[in-house]
Amino acid sequence: MLDSEVPATSKNSSVISEADSQRTLYPYVTGTSVVGIKYKDGILMAADMGGSYGSTLRYKGVERMKPVGKHSLIGASGELSDFQEILRYLDELMLYDNLWDNGNSLGPKEVHNYLTRVMYNRRNQFNPLWNSLVLGGVKNGQKYLGTVNMIGVHYEDNHVATGFGNHLARPILRDEWHENLSFEDGVKLLEKCMRVLLYRDRSAVNKLQATNITEEGVTISQPYALKTSWNLAAFKNPTVGAEGSW
Amino acid sequence: MPIQQANWSPYDNNGGTCVAIAGADYCVIAADTRMSTGYNILTRDYSKIIQLADKSVMASSGFQADVRALQKVLEARHLVYQHQHNKQMSCPAMAQLLSNTLYYKRFFPYYSFNVLGGLDSEGKGCVFTYDAVGSYERVGYSSQGSGSTLIMPFLDNQLKSPSPLLLPAKDAVTPLSESEAADLVKTCFASATERDIYTGDKLEILVLNAEGIRREYMELRKD
Repeated sequence: MLDSEVPATSKNSSVISEADSQRTLYPYVTGTSVVGIKYKDGILMAADMGGSYGSTLRYKGVERMKPVGKHSLIGASGELSDFQEILRYLDELMLYDNLWDNGNSLGPKEVHNYLTRVMYNRRNQFNPLWNSLVLGGVKNGQKYLGTVNMIGVHYEDNHVATGFGNHLARPILRDEWHENLSFEDGVKLLEKCMRVLLYRDRSAVNKLQATNITEEGVTISQPYALKTSWNLAAFKNPTVGAEGSW
Repeated sequence: MPIQQANWSPYDNNGGTCVAIAGADYCVIAADTRMSTGYNILTRDYSKIIQLADKSVMASSGFQADVRALQKVLEARHLVYQHQHNKQMSCPAMAQLLSNTLYYKRFFPYYSFNVLGGLDSEGKGCVFTYDAVGSYERVGYSSQGSGSTLIMPFLDNQLKSPSPLLLPAKDAVTPLSESEAADLVKTCFASATERDIYTGDKLEILVLNAEGIRREYMELRKD
């Protein structure tokens, strides 16, 4: 894998040029995984409401999923300020779409393509939007679910996830997802994934939203918490059987 | 405060393998459909093949975002060509365009490893093979991508291409029939899938001949 080329000017000199201070170097306030699945009537997406500041769980009421126009839903992980910037881009995109006033409207496939081009373009300028995005929606009965990350890698599938979700949720989804999931089964499956993430991802918080998009429209749930169980026998009497431990 | 260093790479390797074989009056272009990053599989069903013109098909592996951008640039350029010349681009013409497009970004390359397959102006099968910055050559067969090191020697053994240094020049296209070539490709991928972790899931084969274009799929190991 080719490593990134750091501009020679700032490598060894003690002078940081003005231009370099304008580029994204690393994220500050970040959201963790987003998980999305296709189900019978449309798309289900879930994300917690955490905004981490490094290792501090700083913000606990962040909405990381938002509707886009009539037909789409975007979920974001990564730098939250960059997500807010992306929402501004999408506002402008939707504005021009509405201004045509010709009965046509951008579907999720088109929005995903637009986002992919935006993310790739910023990567080309070495000033990325530090996000991994999930874009889902339904238009004219066609369900669509895709993802794109900060360097422009994108794909669509029946189930997608960002960040830790790729490691923890996708395997569960590969095993248990099937066509024509009912709404209840879809939510149960998503919650199973979110619970595993809650146990194993240190940047996850137990306050999440589940969103649903169908031909009819978008519903974002009220924030809620998952039931967890820490009652593992090994945690109750951790020193039983361990010689020399106390 | 020490100088901040960038800690992200603009490149990633999303894996995958591509193969193309030229026949007397056909061309077989194939690629797996697995898309990976590191030790993760992102999706099992992503096509690396695109039909750029009537008689030109490109298969590319490497960094997916660059591959897609390259495909779009070539598609757009072909559209312009059609507007200006009122005809489709020939495969050798597309081959030159691809080379020039890749070299254009010589100092921030498309991390894309391509094979271009199709029919030349005489209807004979042609395959062009590339590196990431546009160096290219017309050959009788080629493979690129993560499994290419496993497949290429096997193809050399099976297809016994004559040396390009011979005079008079001998044809590099294989005397195999269309179905024999397709079977050979399937064997290549079944074998590469065994040993290359980035190759697998599904194989997509396109066969181009005078009649048109045919698409075939074959399941590969998913582990």
